Amino acid sequence: MAPENRTTETTRTAEVDRLRAALHGVPDPQWLADALHRVAAEPATVPRCFAAAGRRCGRDPLPDAPGWTADEAARALLLAALPADHAGHTDTLYRYGDAAEKRAVLRALPLLDVGPAGVPLLHDAIRTNDTRLVAAALGPYARRYLDQPAWRQGVLKCVFMGVPLYVVDGLDDRADAELATMLAGLAAERTAAGRAMPDDATELLSRLSATQEG
Amino acid sequence: MRIFDPHIHMTSRTTDDYERMAAAGVRALVEPAFWLGQPRTSPDTFADYFDSLLGWEPFRAGQFGIRHHATIALNPKEANDPRCRPVLDLLPRYLEKDGVVAVGEIGYDSMTPEEDEVFAAQLALAVAHELPALVHTPHRDKARGTERTLAVVAESGIDPGRVAVDHLNEVTVELVRDSGCWLGFSIYPDTKMSPDRMVELLRRYGTERMLVNSAADWGRSDPLLTRATGEAMLLAGFTADDVDRVLWRNPVEFYGQSGRLDLADLDDADATFEGNSILRGGN
Repeated sequence: MAPENRTTETTRTAEVDRLRAALHGVPDPQWLADALHRVAAEPATVPRCFAAAGRRCGRDPLPDAPGWTADEAARALLLAALPADHAGHTDTLYRYGDAAEKRAVLRALPLLDVGPAGVPLLHDAIRTNDTRLVAAALGPYARRYLDQPAWRQGVLKCVFMGVPLYVVDGLDDRADAELATMLAGLAAERTAAGRAMPDDATELLSRLSATQEG
Repeated sequence: MRIFDPHIHMTSRTTDDYERMAAAGVRALVEPAFWLGQPRTSPDTFADYFDSLLGWEPFRAGQFGIRHHATIALNPKEANDPRCRPVLDLLPRYLEKDGVVAVGEIGYDSMTPEEDEVFAAQLALAVAHELPALVHTPHRDKARGTERTLAVVAESGIDPGRVAVDHLNEVTVELVRDSGCWLGFSIYPDTKMSPDRMVELLRRYGTERMLVNSAADWGRSDPLLTRATGEAMLLAGFTADDVDRVLWRNPVEFYGQSGRLDLADLDDADATFEGNSILRGGN
């Protein structure tokens, strides 16, 4: 294993451990512990417990894992517990998932050893008009693997839909001159229509313009 | 007046309808899987439809603070098409989902042997997945269809208190009342049932186990007829508590038997994305 991959694996393990600890206080911790064991031993059982995770673990934000809700974190752990040669379940769970399940798969991608295989799921989510899915598709996994044209469209779509840009992981690292051109075009349309741009988009455009001028 | 519409096909309605319904007091609804007007020819298209009932529609409803749930099934009409039969194999996966509060709509359309088989199989799924069942009664030959429906329900072994038999009228109401099942009435502009006739039925049979819905769909229908029925009840001398029982507490009690009805935080259910309005929705 290359040193870089080892680091990635260590990071993934640390994140899984953090979510596991943050879920300590859920209403039914034994259910989660049993489900994680079962999924590791019998991967074909994952659809049923994946669907039930919200009812068993609750849906509140986790104080010890900011940005995660209990159902999302529990589902991410279930995916991470699948044996390495059963990654295909991830696709199926997304394909047949309700909106919360789809969102959990998207959030879990950075914790899974799937390389770029999850990118088609990001494309699917960014095509939807569901703000929860679009936002979940633009996290750390997109930062690493999503192609630049799709990433720019995702950012622009957030601006259109009123999704705050802080959901986009690595926004300033990946934002480029082409995104600046697209944002400027949107700003011109909005100005012509007498409508406002969201403040965070205006600020991003200013930062990009300053970089280009500098 | 708080309203829970226990049967409405929002897939066929516009976003403006959600807005008008919210303004009229509709705060929760159940959308049963049904016949879309155009025949479907493969199970995949049902999977997409079920996904929409558990993804896109709850999102649309949430923009107006309305809580959306669904019932999932192969509808009676398409149960007759062999190309759609594999939908039965998809159901176990969907019947485990959070937003699914019953198996439905099931029951009869033309009372064929195929419909018999699919109806019984889906009642068994309701028992296996610990869900209530929403049963449609046929438009043609309704009285005999309702009798046969109740016989199949009794034979299945499901608790009648976990079954709602829908689209009832003056002719079928007593049959269903005596069976112990819940009684559903679809208030339509000029066919199944009207607000005034509904008030008469409530006067005669009381408010227990009575469910009033708009069943609004792609046909001539009106998603605000639940509200109109509540107003007609008040005019006829029913109390606000009677109206609340019929239009809110009864459907909550019936679908609550699934253990999956989520009405938490409805009072502050503004449509926000982490504090930001999502009402613009990509315009």
